[in-house]
Amino acid sequence: MATPPQSSVEAAISAEHLVRRFGNFTAVNDVSFRVEKGEIFGFLGPNGSGKTTVIKMLTGLLPLSGGSAWVEGLDVGTDSEAVRERIGYMSQNFSLYYDLTVAENLQFYGRIYSLKPARLKRRIEEIVQLNGLGPYMNRLAAQLSGGWKQRLALGCAMLHEPKLLFLDEPTAGIDPVARRQLWDLLFELSGHGITFFVTTHYMDEAERCSHVAYIYYGKLIADGTPDSLRQLPDVQPHGTKRIEITAPEVTRALRLARRIPGIRSATIFGQSIHALVDEHFDLDELRNQLLKNGIAVTEIRPLAPSLEDVFVELTYKQQALLEVASD
Amino acid sequence: MTNIFRGFGAVFYKEVLHVRRDFATLFFSLIIPLLQMVLLGFGIDTNIRQINTVVFNADGRRESRELLDRLKNSDTFHINRYVQSDDDLNDAIISGRARVGIKIPVDYSDRLLHQMSAQVLVLIDGSDSSVAGQAINVTTAIGLDESLRRVLQDRAAFAVDMRPKILFNPDSRSPNFLLPGLTAILLLNVTTFLTAFSIVREKERGTLEQLFVTPVRPMGLLLGKLLPYLGIGFFELTLILTFMRFVFRVPIHGDVFLLALLSLPYLFVSLSLGILISSKANSQAEAMQLAFLTILPSIFFSGYIFPRETMPWIFHTLSYFVPATYYINITRGIILRGAGVVHLWIDGLALFAMGTLLLILAARRFHNKVIVA
Repeated sequence: MATPPQSSVEAAISAEHLVRRFGNFTAVNDVSFRVEKGEIFGFLGPNGSGKTTVIKMLTGLLPLSGGSAWVEGLDVGTDSEAVRERIGYMSQNFSLYYDLTVAENLQFYGRIYSLKPARLKRRIEEIVQLNGLGPYMNRLAAQLSGGWKQRLALGCAMLHEPKLLFLDEPTAGIDPVARRQLWDLLFELSGHGITFFVTTHYMDEAERCSHVAYIYYGKLIADGTPDSLRQLPDVQPHGTKRIEITAPEVTRALRLARRIPGIRSATIFGQSIHALVDEHFDLDELRNQLLKNGIAVTEIRPLAPSLEDVFVELTYKQQALLEVASD
Repeated sequence: MTNIFRGFGAVFYKEVLHVRRDFATLFFSLIIPLLQMVLLGFGIDTNIRQINTVVFNADGRRESRELLDRLKNSDTFHINRYVQSDDDLNDAIISGRARVGIKIPVDYSDRLLHQMSAQVLVLIDGSDSSVAGQAINVTTAIGLDESLRRVLQDRAAFAVDMRPKILFNPDSRSPNFLLPGLTAILLLNVTTFLTAFSIVREKERGTLEQLFVTPVRPMGLLLGKLLPYLGIGFFELTLILTFMRFVFRVPIHGDVFLLALLSLPYLFVSLSLGILISSKANSQAEAMQLAFLTILPSIFFSGYIFPRETMPWIFHTLSYFVPATYYINITRGIILRGAGVVHLWIDGLALFAMGTLLLILAARRFHNKVIVA
């Protein structure tokens, strides 16, 4: 067993040069990242890009083809059972037994982790306190709405007081209120020092994470805080800036804007246009041009790139690289 | 933590809850085998009796009527029509109204009275070989008997007197033969299906994936899932035996407790088979198909219906790999022949070895195909 570097012991997750091959196919290709204790780490990427494979490797289900990983200071390659004692996992389909009641689901998962009866009772009380499942304890899990199912699943994953929780698309298919309540709960728990590893497709959720990484076809192409990613030079093509134009007649404005020299690309976001323009593009000049053509303008202002912009740009860059490599 | 059965208790308790909650499934899986038993027990008689027979009696005198009476009294033939021409005789067989046609020629009685050899034509529909075989045997025997009686004139005894005595099942009752074998098929049915479904359901639901990230160990999980169904299998066995003994009046000659004991390794085999199926199947429909596939050899190669002795060598060899072969030997042995542990321990051992092998195989497949995939 390799002795972990001191820094790996301190991190919640420390992945170094992770590789996973299935036959000739490399699902995870030299992926390294580090998640500090108490972070909410957002792990993003399109379907089939290797997110689930990375989770399986970190939870000790899938042997590594190369590299090394420490979870809560334990080597996942040699200590996977101890790792599983310390982590919680909630899958996107809320792995509950629908023909068991809420209480029975909680009791089952508690027993799986060998909690003593007294501790199990106390933990169930605490969890119910936290997520408000109290009135539903004797109801079958099948009868709960999506949001409550998800809270129950989270409760089941937390019974054994793990310091690190993996949540695989926790908000897929639940209503916006339940989605917000879940995030409030995650922030509260992370305040108590619990680390979260969350995969999601929602960009607004990615923005809430304290640390995000983006995986694209097995390669990690972004890793940092949302703010630091927005500052990446790759994301802001050299000699350009982003602006937002708000106008009542947004489609007409777009048609015109696309003809104005200096505007490199433009797309509609609700009632406004997001455009990538030359660095020295004059905003007053643009306003005059639009007014001259009979288009009212509410506001024009500089815009920081959204995380979506960041990932789109990085994906284009990566695709270009892959094409060069295959030529 | 090196407890390889970790999580057993939790899984076992949960599985009992599932079974209790889904009472309908349990009820039907217990009742349907009993229905099958009723159908087979009351409805099917493998002894061939009362074959529909058409007669063209061109002679019509006393000797010819005596011959027909003897055929009727054999219980093998049921004369359901008389015709007056060869064409009608043929027609009755082709149309399926009769399986056997008997033609007594016009000179039958004359020839007998003049001490000459008289011929009787027996036409047999060969579509069903066992019916045809029985018809040949009985008509030949009656012909031989009739000839001997005329030669010996009822005075002397036969030179060789064969005295067959059937041990066990002296009346050749079909239920006695069929039901002990059916027990093996029904048990396999119930337990293999239930275990396979209980695991595949968790696959479909995603709970299996969840369990694999907990400290539960594969052996703890599998045994926890297996034992409740072992209990159900045992209960089913008791039901079947009770029905067999008291409804179908099949006498049990041997020790019921030995039967129960030797049923354990068989149940173990069928449960492990269920787990093996679940490691392959990803949906309940797929599990159903695979389960049927495993049950087929048990029906055809185990000796349940077709005697293993008459199988081509390849099927005969194959029958040694079918668990039901050994179990049917055990059930028939104990129920019909009153066999004891001295006669049957090898079958029990073979089953136990098969079960262990299958469970290890299933656990490994589980690890390689389900967890890691």
